[in-house]
Formats: sequence, structure tokens, C-alpha cells
Amino acid sequence: MAAATPPAALPQAAALTQSVDWVALTPVVIPAALAVAVLVADLFLPRGRKVLLGWLSAAGLLAAALTLIPLRDGHRSTFCQKAGGCSYAADHFTLVVQALVLGGALLTVLLSISAVGGTDEGAGRMPAGEYWFLLLSSAAGAALLPASRDLATLIVALEVTTLPAFALVGLRREDRLSSEAALKFFLTSVTATAVSLLGISFVYAATGTLNLSQVAAGLTHTPDQLHTLAKAGVALTLVGFAFKLAVAPFHFWVPDTYAGAPLPVAAYLSVVGKAAGFSGLILVTVVAFRPYTHVWGPAIGVLAALTMTVGNVGALRQRPGVPRGAVRLLAWSSIGQAGYLLVPMAAAASAGDPAHEIGTTVAYALMYAVVNLGAFAAVALVERTAPHSRLADYRGLYARRPAAALALAFFLLCLAGLPPGVIGLFAKVAVFSSAVGEQHGWLAVIMAVNVVVALVYYLRWTALLFARAPEGAQAPDAAGAAAARTPLALTAALALTAAAGVALSGAPQLVLRYAQGTLL
Amino acid sequence: MNDTALQYVLAATVALPLLGAAGALLPAPPGLRGRSPDQAVLRHGVTVTGAVLILAIVLAAGFDHDHPARMQGTTDLSWIPALRIHLHLGVDGISLPLLVLTALLTFLCALYSYFHLPAGGSAKSFVALLLLLETGTLATFAVLDLMLFFLAFETVLIPMYFLIARWGGGDRERSALRFIVYTLLGSVVMLLGLLLIGIKAGTFDMVALATDNGSHLGHSTQLIAVLAIGLGLAVKAPMWPLHSWLPDAHTAAPTAGSVLLAGVLLKMGTYGLVRIVLPDTPDGIQTFAPYLAAFAVVGIVYGSLACLQLARQGNGGDLKRLIAYSSVGHMGFVLLGIASLNPTGVNGALFANIAHGLITGLLFFLVGAVKDRYGSSDLDQLAGRTGAALYGRAPRLGGLLAFAAVASLGLPGLAGFWGEMLAMFGSFDPAAGLSRPAYLTFTAVAAFGTLLTAGYLLTVVRRICMGDKDTAELTPALPDVRGYEFAAWTPLAALTVVAGLWPAALLGLTDPAVRSLLGGH
Repeated sequence: MAAATPPAALPQAAALTQSVDWVALTPVVIPAALAVAVLVADLFLPRGRKVLLGWLSAAGLLAAALTLIPLRDGHRSTFCQKAGGCSYAADHFTLVVQALVLGGALLTVLLSISAVGGTDEGAGRMPAGEYWFLLLSSAAGAALLPASRDLATLIVALEVTTLPAFALVGLRREDRLSSEAALKFFLTSVTATAVSLLGISFVYAATGTLNLSQVAAGLTHTPDQLHTLAKAGVALTLVGFAFKLAVAPFHFWVPDTYAGAPLPVAAYLSVVGKAAGFSGLILVTVVAFRPYTHVWGPAIGVLAALTMTVGNVGALRQRPGVPRGAVRLLAWSSIGQAGYLLVPMAAAASAGDPAHEIGTTVAYALMYAVVNLGAFAAVALVERTAPHSRLADYRGLYARRPAAALALAFFLLCLAGLPPGVIGLFAKVAVFSSAVGEQHGWLAVIMAVNVVVALVYYLRWTALLFARAPEGAQAPDAAGAAAARTPLALTAALALTAAAGVALSGAPQLVLRYAQGTLL
Repeated sequence: MNDTALQYVLAATVALPLLGAAGALLPAPPGLRGRSPDQAVLRHGVTVTGAVLILAIVLAAGFDHDHPARMQGTTDLSWIPALRIHLHLGVDGISLPLLVLTALLTFLCALYSYFHLPAGGSAKSFVALLLLLETGTLATFAVLDLMLFFLAFETVLIPMYFLIARWGGGDRERSALRFIVYTLLGSVVMLLGLLLIGIKAGTFDMVALATDNGSHLGHSTQLIAVLAIGLGLAVKAPMWPLHSWLPDAHTAAPTAGSVLLAGVLLKMGTYGLVRIVLPDTPDGIQTFAPYLAAFAVVGIVYGSLACLQLARQGNGGDLKRLIAYSSVGHMGFVLLGIASLNPTGVNGALFANIAHGLITGLLFFLVGAVKDRYGSSDLDQLAGRTGAALYGRAPRLGGLLAFAAVASLGLPGLAGFWGEMLAMFGSFDPAAGLSRPAYLTFTAVAAFGTLLTAGYLLTVVRRICMGDKDTAELTPALPDVRGYEFAAWTPLAALTVVAGLWPAALLGLTDPAVRSLLGGH
């Protein structure tokens, strides 16, 4: 993977050797190397054993996540220049986001195993080697992103994350919806990158550096004639990131893309894709553009309010009979949740200690990752017997599959932030608390209204799970019974997320401690 | 009993229903299977709520009645240091009666449902939800941390939503959604107020905040906090004009749901006002108290007028809806007592809280029984042209209904009298700094409200309990009060009489605690 050796980090002077701290890089290198290995192994494996590739990917991601443990003191950095400043830093912020990304990718793999490759490559199936290669490449990019400390590495990592994702979205053969979704996603994303690059070039012109902390230093004393250029650069870079993050008003591609993409890919985009985007936005705003808080602070506040409102209203308008309504609802809800994630960042602009507020975003993202992936796992389970995946298919799920229904209800209530979803409640409390603490009362009030709006659709879905099943609808025939046998990987994904959600509800401190500590 | 033992009893009281709710979802262990799975799980519900009631009684017995102002049985463990949230539990003279009332009403509901499960869903989920609801309500009265209070406040929403939406009648899903959206909107705004207090004062600890008496909070902070918190609690209480979720929810809810909604859930609002708003933000409430009092007396009159309208012949009034509106009126007295900001009024409010829980709980039980027997709670259908003649057809049921009705209208000697009397006394001579003439007006209006209350309750008694001889001898004969109904109702009726004849038992508990909370005045 090219991403592992970003060009900007190469020393420009004659000293051609650079000591590279490979230990710090392992969480990125393992998925990247594994991606290539899986692609090659795919050529030699007989068709019947391709399922092994999935388990191999899962094991690799688990190993990558385990390598975070020796790094946990958070003092390593590499690709450093003599002039000062490193391009790769494995600090606490990096490690937490990497854990989120690798864990999210791992769960995505578990969700995908039953949908990918295997014995029959019918219309709905996806080619195994390519799928795992693309997924692991994207995960490697997402793991690199939070560690990047210069703008070029950041953009490269962002592209490594998203480029394989286009292919993943369109991977389902002979599916018109899928290719349309991929095209939509591709076009918006390329536009976003172009705008970001333009912005970064402006910033580079104004400051003469790409290193994030040096950019911050450079922006404090830009020459007068370059002031406008610097401001425009900051604005354009942020617009680019806003596109990627599906922040309103750049959110329109999300519902169609999620609905058209294979389900595990939608889950991946909603969690890992968002996490990568957010860590990038945090690095750009809080580290690089820190002197311009008065520019991006209010802008992010407005975007947060807009995003959560648009997402929640969109979700509210979903009707139960629409095909793929469940995924569409989760897509709209993910837009709404992205709005909540932006709130602490808006508060960070006026905070004396931005790192504290950033920790709240990270804590919320961790909670969201666990419960959202759990919800997707439950949807994947239901989709096996009800391929249309309408919301109406969930009616009476509790009678058919009590465990899955209880788990899904728990995840939805976590997303809504109501007990028994205690962790969802306290993650929201942390976000509210950062908004109230930094005098963003108006944002807190808008968010309060949004939480109530969101409750309506989450609760409607939850109530559907426990409603009485329609008369005579359930006469499971032989085919239905075969499909109803849950694959091991899917069960594992559901059980893992449910156990994590319950554990976090009992001890919210596990994730909320990031809301208190200093991450960056 | 020493304080450590009391501490464990209190913690067990709150935790036991939660464990019971989880246990209800699991299959019954061998030996406890009973006649059928449904019977086993309903029995589980009765056992757990019974055990909680016993714990609550032990708590009341072990409570040091000589020092009711002191927090007793306190547990204080750090839970989420990042948000400075502590697992802080404790009980004093204000929360103790409410804890016992909650445990009692939930037990009676479980007992009643054991014999008479409403149609709608499985017994398993009913019991699990009932126990989850009990955890939430008990925790609300036992916690001493603002964020835990919020957590407990929210915990009751989901179980009550499902109790109404699954086991209710009529337009139940809409009513349930309305209930939860209204309450959540209020409680999220309340959260903002609680966070404001916590962040400005640097602690969420209710004991520390009450001791400070708002000395660390600026005037404008207090105003905003009171407005936000008050709004959330006023929706719950409910205060006119934020009451409009209540009649629908009550009408749609099953009997157990109505009893707990009126008997316990509404108290969470007024308890929050006394426990949080009065001591933590005294300056803020000083400013808003007259408005609170004004809304309270409007609520009294509005509730009574709505009831009079529903009670009239030909209006098709629903009996459950009528009692729901009467709750708006009764809770108006509670709010008026609180708004007077003096010990008399607040004591009256707390007394009226308990009395309303007992009497309205009983009334909802009785109305539920009437509805079961007639298949309708429409007053016109029940009464026909001349009256339903319950005295003749089911004398004990009729007698109890008349008893509950006169208790509700505040007959001296029964529980309903003291609370409303004291609330009006308090408002007659409000705390220093409040406008006396305004409060005199409020008192006068509230007194007029008691007349209206007597008017509609007596109308109801006349139309339901009395009637002509032909109706009284109609066949088939109406079944009179059954054994389990007696078991569920007698404690409430007995306590209504006890509280009416011996108010000092309750006031002796609340008065020192109230005086210490109002220390700033």
C-alpha cells in the first residue's frame, strides 16, 4: 500500500535514510499487507474454501487491533522531519480511533462472511477475493487517517479509505441500484476531494507548510495580502470534508448509497467511514486551523444543527412499506447522529481546552459504532428471511426471534438515548454537557428537540418489533427454515455488539472516560 | 437499625425490581413453573413486588424517625467520573412516604393483574415492564444525584409507553406516543437545566446543592435553570396548560397503568420541584413562584370545569377521562402548595401528593372494575337516564366508589382533606417576598375549586351509585367485589382513613425535612 509511506514525509534533504518506527505503524500495516495476501490467496483457493478468506481477514483485523495494546502509552511518532513535526503520530486520539476503525471493520467482516463468496456465486453474491481486498484496503486507510499529522497524508489516507468503498458499493453484480449508488457516491466524493485539494493548496500557499501544527503556527501570522487566501483555503478544506461526512446540505447521496450498497458495506460506511471522516475533520479544525476558530466554530455549529434536523426529519418521513426501508431509516438516522457528533466540535471552538470537547465526540462515536453496527447486524439477520427489508417485515419479530428482537430494540433505544439504553443516554448527556458548558445553549436546545423527534421513529420501529404478527403470515416452509438458520458469523456479530452495549450501559465510564481525558 | 443495614435495604429496594424484570424474561426454573408459564411469571411479579414492599416497610421501620431531615441509609459510589456522576442513594422524610407508596401501589397492581391480566400481550412482558417501571419510580425518589435523577426519570418512559400501547384500550398507540413525546420533550429540557446547575455549581450532588442553597449560582443562571427544570417537571406533574397528554394516556391505559400513572408517576414531577428546584435555586423559584401558583389555580378550576362538563348527562363523558381531569385539579393544589414557598404549603403539597396517590389509585381501580363489569366506562351508557344504581346492583362496589369519591373531594377525616387545606393555608400567608394580595386571590380561586370538585364528584356518585328500583333489580346480577379486588383495594381505603385521622404521622416526617430544604427562606 502506498499509504504506508506518504510522500510528504520523505526528507527533502540528501539524508535519504530515515528510521521508521514499524511498531507504531503495525495497526495500519497489518490490514494493508493482509489485503494483498488475501487477493493473492484468492487465486489459489478452491471455490468451496473461499469462506476461509473471510475468517482470515477477521483474524488479521483482530491481530491489528491487538497490536494497539503495546502502543497504549501513546508517545510514539514516526516519519519525522529534521525541521520538527512528524507525519505519523500514535497518540491517544489515534489509538482510540484506530481501535474504533479496526473493531468496526472486524464486525463488518463478520456481517459479510455469509453474504460473500462461498459455493454459489449467484446474483446477490459478491466475489470473495476482491471484496476482502477492498474492505481491508479501506480499513487500512481509515486506520492511517487519525494518525496523519500533515495535510497530504490526511488526503491520501482519506482517498485510500473512500476509493475502495466506491467499488464495494457497486460490487453486487447485475444490480442496477447498486451501480447507480456507486456512481452517485463516486461523483460526490471526487468533487469533495477536488474542493479539499484546492483548499489545501491555498493553505499551503499562505503558510508554506503542510504539517498540521506548523500550519497552525503559520496561520497566526500570515502576511496581510494572503489573509483572504488563507481564509478561503480553510473554508474550502472544510467544505470538502463536509461533503465526505455527509453533513447537510451535502447529505443527499447517503440514503440512496446505503440502500443500494450491500448491507455490510452500508454498515461499514455508516461507522468506519464516518469515524474516518470525523477524525480528519477534528485534526484539520482543532489542530491545523486552530487560529481560525472564529471562522469554523460557528460554521460547524450551524452545520450540526442543520445536519441533525435534516437527518431526523428524513428518518421520520420513512414509511413502513418501502423496500429497503430499514436501511434507509438507518441511513437517515446516521445523518442525524452525525449532527450530534459535530456538537462538541462546535463547542471546542470556544473552549479553553478543545481536547476535552473532542474527547466527547470520540466517546459518542464509540457508543454509536457499537450500537449502530449491532442494529445493522440485526437488520442483516432479518434480511435473510425478508429480502425486501421493509420496515413492515419487522412486525412481530419478537414472537419469531426473541433474542434478535430484544437486541435490536436495545440498540434502537441506545440510539434514541432512552433507558434501558443507558450508554446512549449518557453519551447524549456528555454531548449536551459540552454544549451547555461552552455557552452553546441554542445548539443544546435544537439538539433537545431533535432527540425528541428521533425518539418517534426509533420508538415506532421498536414498537413494531413487539406488535402482534399479521394473521397467518408465518408458515415457515422448508426454504424459510433453511434461511432462518443463522450463520455463526452473524450470531457472533450480534452477540458481540449486544454484550458490548450492555457492558457499556453498566459501566459507561469505559467510553466516557475519553470525554474527560486529554486526547490530542 | 443502624445506618449500614438501612443502606443495604435501600439499595436492595431499588435494585430488586430491576433484577426481577430481567428474571421475568428468562424461563422459569424447575419447581417454580406453576400451572402455566403465564401463571408462573405473574406469580413472579407478585413475589418480587411483595418483597420490595416488605423491604420498603423495613426501611420505614428502620428509619430514624427522630431525625427525618437527615439523609439516612446513604450510599455514595463514584459511577461515571467523566461526568462526575455518583451512585448516590439516600432517604429522608420527604422521600420515605413516596417510596412506600410506590412499593405499595406496584404490589397491589401486580396482585390485581395476577387475577385479572388485561388482554393485549404476553404476561411475561407485562411483568417485566411493570418491574422496570417500579425500578424507575423507586430510583427517582431514592437517588441524590441530578444525573441519576434524570436517568430514573427517563427509565419510566419506555415501560409506561408499552403498558399503554400494548395493554390499553381505545386510541392506545396514539395516546402512548403522545405521552412519551410530551414527557421526553419536557425531560430533555429539564436535562439542560440540570446540566446548567451542575456545571455552574461544579457538582451534581443534590445534598451538597441543597446545603449551598444556590449560593454558587448567579441570579440569571438560576432563572434559566428554574425555567428549564420547571418546564420538564411541570409536564410530568402535570401543570395546566401542559397537561394535555394526561387525559388521553389515562383513558387508554389499562387499570394497572392508570393506577401507577396517577398514583406514582405524577408525583415524580412535584417531588422534583421540592427536592431540586426549591433548595437548589431559591432565587429563581422566588421569581417564578407567583406564575407557578397562577397556573396551578387555573389548573384547579380548569380540571374541575372539565370534570363537570364530562359528568353532565348527554355529554358522553368517559369515567376514566373524568378522573384524569380531576388529577389535573388535585395536582394543582400540590403545585399551589409548593409555590407558596413556606413550610406549611410545601408540607401540604407533600401530604396531598400521598393522599392523591392513595385516593386516585383507588378510584382508578374501581373505575377499571366498573369498566370490566359493564364493558364500557362511558358515563351515559353506564348511567342511562336514571342512574346505574350500583348501590343496589353491587352494594360493596358502589359503597367503595362513593367512599373514594368523597375522599377525593376532601371530606374532613379522610386523606384528601389535609393536603389541600394546608396547601391553601400556605398560600394564604406565602413566604416573605411574595405578593400577598396575589396569593390571597389564588387562595380564593382554589377554594372555589374545591366547591366545583365537590360538585362533579357528587354528580358522579349520584349517577353511578344511585338509580331507580328497576335498574337495581336488572338481571343478570352484577358480580360484587371479588376477593382479590378486596385484597387490592382495602389497603388503599384503610390508609386513606388512617392518613385522614392521623395526619401527624406523615407531617411529622415531612416537616423537619421541608424546613431544612427551605433553609434559605
